[in-house]
Amino acid sequence: MRLKLVPENTSINFLKLYRLTFILSSLLVAGSIGLFAIIGLNLGIDFKGGILIEARHNTDPANISGLRGDLKVLGLGDISLQGFGTETDILIRIQRQDGDEKAQIAAIQLVGNTLGSDYDIRRTEFVGPTVGAELAEKGILAVVCALLAIMVYIWFRFEWQFSIAAILALTHDVLSTIGLFALTNFEFNLATVAAILTIAGYSINDTVVVFDRVRENLRRYKSYSLRDILNKSLNETLSRTVMTSVTTLLALAAIVIFGGAVLRDFAIAMIWGVLIGTYSSVFVAVGLLSRFDIKRGDDDDENGVEKPEYERT
Amino acid sequence: MLQFQLWKKLLVVMVAVLGIIFALPNLIGGDDGAGVDFLPGKQINLGLDLQGGSHLLLRVDVDAVKQERLENTGETLRRDFRAEKIRFSGLAVANETVSLQIRNPEDAAKTNQIFTDLGNEYTVSNDGLTYHLAFNEAGLTAMQTRTVEQSIEIIRRRLDPEGTKEPVIQRQGLDRILVQLPGVDDPEAVKRLLGRTAKLTFQLVDMRISATEAIQRGRTPPGSVLMESASNGGRSYVIEKRVMVSGEMLDGATATFDQNNRPAVSFTLNAAGARRFGKVTGENIGRPFAIILDGKVVSAPTIQSQIFGSGQITGDFSVAETNELALVLRAGALPAPLIILEERSIGPGLGADSIAAGEIAAVIGIILVAIYMVASYGFFGGLAVVALTVNIILIVAALSALQATLTLPGIAGIVLTMGMAVDANVLVFERIREELSKGRLAIAAIDSGYQRAISTIIDSNLTTLFAALFLYIFGSGPIKGFAVTLGIGIATSMFTAVMVTRLFIVFWVERKRPTRLVL
Repeated sequence: MRLKLVPENTSINFLKLYRLTFILSSLLVAGSIGLFAIIGLNLGIDFKGGILIEARHNTDPANISGLRGDLKVLGLGDISLQGFGTETDILIRIQRQDGDEKAQIAAIQLVGNTLGSDYDIRRTEFVGPTVGAELAEKGILAVVCALLAIMVYIWFRFEWQFSIAAILALTHDVLSTIGLFALTNFEFNLATVAAILTIAGYSINDTVVVFDRVRENLRRYKSYSLRDILNKSLNETLSRTVMTSVTTLLALAAIVIFGGAVLRDFAIAMIWGVLIGTYSSVFVAVGLLSRFDIKRGDDDDENGVEKPEYERT
Repeated sequence: MLQFQLWKKLLVVMVAVLGIIFALPNLIGGDDGAGVDFLPGKQINLGLDLQGGSHLLLRVDVDAVKQERLENTGETLRRDFRAEKIRFSGLAVANETVSLQIRNPEDAAKTNQIFTDLGNEYTVSNDGLTYHLAFNEAGLTAMQTRTVEQSIEIIRRRLDPEGTKEPVIQRQGLDRILVQLPGVDDPEAVKRLLGRTAKLTFQLVDMRISATEAIQRGRTPPGSVLMESASNGGRSYVIEKRVMVSGEMLDGATATFDQNNRPAVSFTLNAAGARRFGKVTGENIGRPFAIILDGKVVSAPTIQSQIFGSGQITGDFSVAETNELALVLRAGALPAPLIILEERSIGPGLGADSIAAGEIAAVIGIILVAIYMVASYGFFGGLAVVALTVNIILIVAALSALQATLTLPGIAGIVLTMGMAVDANVLVFERIREELSKGRLAIAAIDSGYQRAISTIIDSNLTTLFAALFLYIFGSGPIKGFAVTLGIGIATSMFTAVMVTRLFIVFWVERKRPTRLVL
């Protein structure tokens, strides 16, 4: 007995949902841009500059409210404290200090002294304002360059229509992930940029698998309408799409549950990415493809003309 | 596709064996990598976030050096003009330019000669009798490079005096230095070591005027400056600008105690320094001289007798401070102050916890994926899991062999690749299923399943590789580590899916000669 999440020989008319999903995706992207513009991102110290200190109480649960009072009076400006992972651990975030880099280092020492010997400082991160701006610039550059390279590759391997559809689907994924971060107020840091690029990689992987099948079917079924070919290709690859998504989600779930606090946000972003990437490959990329006029290949296929399974029945 | 040439079989076996050999040190070696010397490989290089350590991005404050150099050049000019008996006025350093005016037009030729003799790192312009001197671009670049390289050398001597810690100290961009120091217990101490230039000078105290008077008048006699004491609330001193002995003339420095058993640093001077010091102290017995560290007076003892090769610096020190001071004095002064632009310090405890959590996540992830694969594809799923195991061995081997750095996001990358690595197998298996459902026989279905899936596998993996590539180019630190593992993972997963699983299937087909296959 085999576990099959998708029954064999499905014949779902995915493109019938095109109008609905188009509206849905448009709302998602518009909403994400809106959220980004209105709420903005909760930028981590990587981009904003500032100080982050992770400390662990040597014996007892961390006294967060007590420490909050002790640290507030230091006059370091905006300080946030939160539990992190276990109850003995705390994460302290301090805004960028006025003045030069020396002022930042002084603030780190001040906090260290205040925590005293009961706490073990496990991690100190400090990013100065110049570096923060550079990291942000590099992050944006990385995402844009990756998208462009992918676009050129798809263009090279397929037709330009595929490339446009793929890149719009990817942009949809990237923007909606940014929207998710704006909505949930999750910290947006360097690891998030890595997550976004990985999401882009995963999503394009998914899209290319479907596109490959579309290209193959375009050659094989010359008499079919584009719509039928797209639907057929989606159905044929559906089982694989679901299978791969589930295995990746299983691995990610292991990270979320067991991988520790540092990786958790990264893995949660990736889970969202797998879901949105799978959705966008099916509905956005292929959906957009159905709106294009695609040149059909001339070369004959060795199998000749066949009818799709769902039309035989 | 099922005709697997002998050389391909050998290749797969060879890669797998090499993989095991290179991955082995990580499994059987101790924490310090001991006991695996008979193997060619090394253990994986753990990133600072896993083994603990400090990552510091420093900026060398070249502007400070520039100012200092211009002031020195100003003094050189003053001396040269006097020697040549050229009358001048208004010698000043402002806006990164040294300016002066000569009195007599007939001195112009001699003046030009003096400026030419200064060397080619300056540009000199004149406006009538007023001369301006500034660094030209080449001079500036040369100075920048020299300053940064000297700084790197000094940083290395300060952080790794015994040469055992293997710190990474690299120039980045024009005026930056990246320091990565593994296994640091006290990052604050590192910052203290780098936070001072440790410029040591001995200068005479100017007795013509007291510090209080100088503060009241708001000026000091020419050739002297007002300096603060290094200890808090200490008095100020009027110090002669002329330097008797400077830190470069030190031969050694060690932490010790003075006769009152207070922590102190004793030093010895080299031959030139001893000669200079002996001469000046001999001429100035009874006068106080100041020991100046980074522009502040540490102490100002009175010269009791002529001093030659050695002495002691006492002041308001703790034992830890004298140890650090002796270390930085031995290492030499930094040519310019260092500014910390970015710091990421991870304690060893957190690193160990991260590794443990990452390992658990990886093991659980593999088990979940394995169960799901076997449930979905049965025997073939089992083969895919074996291939996945080979895949992980290969990732570990590649990371060890390339001595790439494994970071915490890198572990996430490995776990993620596991999810995605089975994708290539899934593509093949699904394709075989399709072929079977068209009524093909087992061998034909497997054969064409592989044939058709391969272009898809290559296309989809190459695109993901692009994302990894740009992560690597633009990422820093841990993110780069993630990109490396992701990239290696993509390469090995393509290899295992296309070659390893296939080899297993070929063996199986050759032995069983199945006609029917249920997948």
